Amino acid sequence: MTTRNATLDTSTLEQKQPKRRKTNFFRANRGDSKFKRLIIHLILIGYCIISIYPLLRIFSVSLRPGNRVLSTDLSIIPPDATLENYKKVIDEGLLQWIWNSLAVTITTSIVGVIIAATSAYAFSRYKFKGRTTLLIYLLTTQMIPTAMLMVPIYILAIKLGLIGTYRGLVIAYSVTSVPFSIWILKGYYDTIPTELEEAAIIDGASPLQAFLKIILPLSTPALSITFLFNFSQAWNEFLIARVILGSNEAILTWPLGLNRLMGQYLVQWGQYNAGAIMVSIPVMILFMAMSKYMISGLTLGSVKG
Amino acid sequence: MFDFGAILKSLSEVGTTILAVLAIVVVLEAILYLVLVKWLKVKNALVYMLVSPAILGLLVLQVYPLVWEGYISMTNMSLSHFFNYSFIGLKNYVRVFTEPVLKQVTFFPLFWRTILWTAINVICHVTGGMILALLLNRDMKLRGLYRMIIIIPWALPQVVAAMAWRGEFNFEYGWINIMLKQIGLQPVQWLTSPVPNFAAMCLVNIWLGIPFMTVILLGGLQSISGEFYEAAEMDGANNWQKFWKITMPLMQPIMTPAVILGTVWTFNTFNISFFINQYELETSDILVTALFRAAFQYNRYGFSAAFAFIIFFILLIYSVFYVRATGALKGVKD
Repeated sequence: MTTRNATLDTSTLEQKQPKRRKTNFFRANRGDSKFKRLIIHLILIGYCIISIYPLLRIFSVSLRPGNRVLSTDLSIIPPDATLENYKKVIDEGLLQWIWNSLAVTITTSIVGVIIAATSAYAFSRYKFKGRTTLLIYLLTTQMIPTAMLMVPIYILAIKLGLIGTYRGLVIAYSVTSVPFSIWILKGYYDTIPTELEEAAIIDGASPLQAFLKIILPLSTPALSITFLFNFSQAWNEFLIARVILGSNEAILTWPLGLNRLMGQYLVQWGQYNAGAIMVSIPVMILFMAMSKYMISGLTLGSVKG
Repeated sequence: MFDFGAILKSLSEVGTTILAVLAIVVVLEAILYLVLVKWLKVKNALVYMLVSPAILGLLVLQVYPLVWEGYISMTNMSLSHFFNYSFIGLKNYVRVFTEPVLKQVTFFPLFWRTILWTAINVICHVTGGMILALLLNRDMKLRGLYRMIIIIPWALPQVVAAMAWRGEFNFEYGWINIMLKQIGLQPVQWLTSPVPNFAAMCLVNIWLGIPFMTVILLGGLQSISGEFYEAAEMDGANNWQKFWKITMPLMQPIMTPAVILGTVWTFNTFNISFFINQYELETSDILVTALFRAAFQYNRYGFSAAFAFIIFFILLIYSVFYVRATGALKGVKD
């Protein structure tokens, strides 16, 4: 179990810091005058306001009653606040859109993680023909703009009859996130000492058993990071969904649904903001809770190489 | 409100998709097992069995479409020639540079605008992120709270952020113009005139991108040992020198991949430019949004396939150049 702690340490880099920071030049009670500290707090508070104000605005507009959605009022909680917009946007089909998004997103994340988990293990542990080429290929695909793959995917989807179905969307999503997932997971597997599997193999386990019973359980943190990455990518995706699902009303995912409320000529501003709050708040809480791990996953994948 | 028929339909569609994927994987693994283990008796058969699902997926859904796109790019496929398209060689590639890509705008204005867009954004992300990270990298009250609030734009789904900002760029009812009026300035036509619209795109994307850089750079700053600064202080270095001579060089391993990734992401940012540009001003399009419009509004599939490859080559050249110059990716071969 000690190894597990050792590998986890990389992801909790920040928690170890307070001890070390005692000797850090940037620490506050050395050289920082009261005035300087005040300025620093003021700048940070200023940036925090910039950071959070647009979100507060979304919240504020979502509470406005229908006849006052467009107004020049700047107060955060309008005097005649009401939940009318929330009710309307649910009637409009928001829960259905969220459900559609959830179904697609969870499926693709699971498929994506499984595919990436096994192949990342091969990349981390074995030397085989074409390994370097494949790894470089995986990095190169990070440079392909989604818009570039849209043309062939759209035409292929038409020819295969996948336009207007979740099937096409699930298939398209699962693969787009695989290269990045492989990089994150490979970086994590690299930190697990090989002695663990060697010991298991001496005890009579097959290489596959060693992977499934020892490495996979040890990698739960990295697997959940990867799942989250895939999840948030598919959850927020607009372009592929728009091209593949088209304008079929019954199967919109939430980004398409909300976009429909913000049409070029007819804007349901209040309902849009209510929907935006309902969609964003759960995701943001999840994201905040996991952000530390997500960042360590990113740096593991990209910095370690 | 909730349509149970639709729910069942989506469940069954998603379920059958999973089953189909599983079936393909099982068949693939069985074939590989028979061929590699039973027949050829390859020693490292497990490796190939582990890698094959990913390879198959990438081959079918990435490599094949790309190769096919390469072929389309040499045809005159469009809405009117959807089935009976013919081979026209490299004409599309010439056309990208000689004809308007959309209605009026040609390739080079789009190209320079994309470069400007990428440069403005990446520079602001890195500078802003660095300033905030330096400020946050000290013992102080409320540090955790500041950090949490600063992350908010990153946590907000991009589509939500982009559309909400577009609403707030409204001439009369958006908070930006209301505030401008309150401090006695002229309100700005954010959505209808070219330069303000481009500025609006930049503002939103800078707002969205700073948190990521802050967090990444803060992580890097915290891993620098204080001893370096102590030694420098003994030699009488001032803060400015400490920053340029100690912090920046030690931050290189974090900065380099962050800047490469940031540049490629910004270059490829679709949502911001697409949503903020409500009235489809061609003066606000960057390469990727122009690509989308050429393909799906003007339905010039062959032409946009060629256009897509040109964008990809630009990115490839940039990355090769940058990787050579900085020596990133040394680790790939280990």
